[in-house]
Amino acid sequence: MPKLKVRNISKSFGPIRALKDVNFEAEDTGITSVVGVSGAGKTTLLRLIAGLETPSSGEILLDGRLEKEVNLRKRTTMVFQKTVMFGSTAYDNLAYGLRIRHLSEEEIRRRVEDVLKVVRMDGYERRIARKLSGGEQQRISLARALILRPEILLLDEPTANLDLGNAGIIESVLRETASQKQIVLATHNLAQAKRLAAKVVHLAEGFVAEEGPPEVLFQHPRDERTRRLINGEV
Amino acid sequence: MLEEISEGIINALRLILSGDPTVISITWRSLAVSGLATLLATLWAIPLAMIIALRSFRGKRLLKAFFNALLGIPTVVLGLILYLLFSRSGPLGLFHLLYTPLGISIGQSVLVAPIVISFGVSSIEATSSEVKDLAKTLGASDTQVSLKVAKEALGGVILSVVAAFNRAFAELGIAMMIGGNIANVTRVLTTSISLETAKGEIALSIALGIILLSIVFCLSLAVNLLRRS
Repeated sequence: MPKLKVRNISKSFGPIRALKDVNFEAEDTGITSVVGVSGAGKTTLLRLIAGLETPSSGEILLDGRLEKEVNLRKRTTMVFQKTVMFGSTAYDNLAYGLRIRHLSEEEIRRRVEDVLKVVRMDGYERRIARKLSGGEQQRISLARALILRPEILLLDEPTANLDLGNAGIIESVLRETASQKQIVLATHNLAQAKRLAAKVVHLAEGFVAEEGPPEVLFQHPRDERTRRLINGEV
Repeated sequence: MLEEISEGIINALRLILSGDPTVISITWRSLAVSGLATLLATLWAIPLAMIIALRSFRGKRLLKAFFNALLGIPTVVLGLILYLLFSRSGPLGLFHLLYTPLGISIGQSVLVAPIVISFGVSSIEATSSEVKDLAKTLGASDTQVSLKVAKEALGGVILSVVAAFNRAFAELGIAMMIGGNIANVTRVLTTSISLETAKGEIALSIALGIILLSIVFCLSLAVNLLRRS
């Protein structure tokens, strides 16, 4: 697995500075969770790692090598908070990334069947993706990312607004996947970060307030902002 | 008056059902002229809409505002400008487009291109903000991203083309000023309705009006049904 390192990343949108000198290293495998309140910069950070935005300054390194946006897009896949389905079947949604990589239709069919089993949606191939429930669409979104076997999987609030059943399935898929993959999970759900993450990074107002293993960060926060976040005072 | 209208409707239905050759030839000419106009507009308006929607460049907002403003251009004003351009002493006089069906088609294509561009840009932009990022993160190249956005926005783009056809099909100013309403040459549904009403041929006017409305209505309905399915 590549070692993801974010070094002195800043990102501004006009006069607004979304991220300010952010530094962190992800765990080699397993889940690194970026926590923080809405507007803390979690989504922006993930979009930068995914190569969907260009940093105003700073670097993103994989295995110690500086990576440009095009390469980041090749090595990572992002699952967005708001589910977006292409206007076709679940199969076509899952196959899209493989088709542009010119895989054979037989290989695509095999991978689609496998990944649908992973997200507990066997037999959904011919269903119209946009007619699925919100939870099912988010599971297809996760499957659509997993099927590409990215080196780094980026998830932006994947269970926000989902019912407990669908959220539970997504969490268990992430747990199963985490042993073979590097995952960066942005969430405002601290309980989820505690359950899943090997490392937690707390972003507050575009800065890294604190980072560390969840048992340390949640039990003995050193930063005042982290303490307030844990106590629900923000 | 009511009696006249009801009598006109009965006579109109008789003309339509009997397959009156005048009615049929005018209808076919209208379809051909406005169909060609829509095709000519679509050929350059859709690629331009894609560029405006998907690229970032200086003056983009101004360009969008310009095409939005053109949506409201009065057809008689456009007809007058084109008349001056196409007339024998005008800069395009050498092409002999005045009083020809092709002249009407070109004029209507200028009229309806802003519809394809404005509605097309809105549709592509609405789709692109989400689809663009998704396609990118799934590994698509810039060209593949554009193709995917175009495919996903297809329903909206088709609607814009249909709206453009309906506008061309139902307009009068350009057809009258550029076509001249010459029988069997440039006479189309709208110019015929205008002429026949002036002559007091209410039945024929109503028949042509029913045909015009039916075609516009059926086309819009078909596209909506197609989108739903």
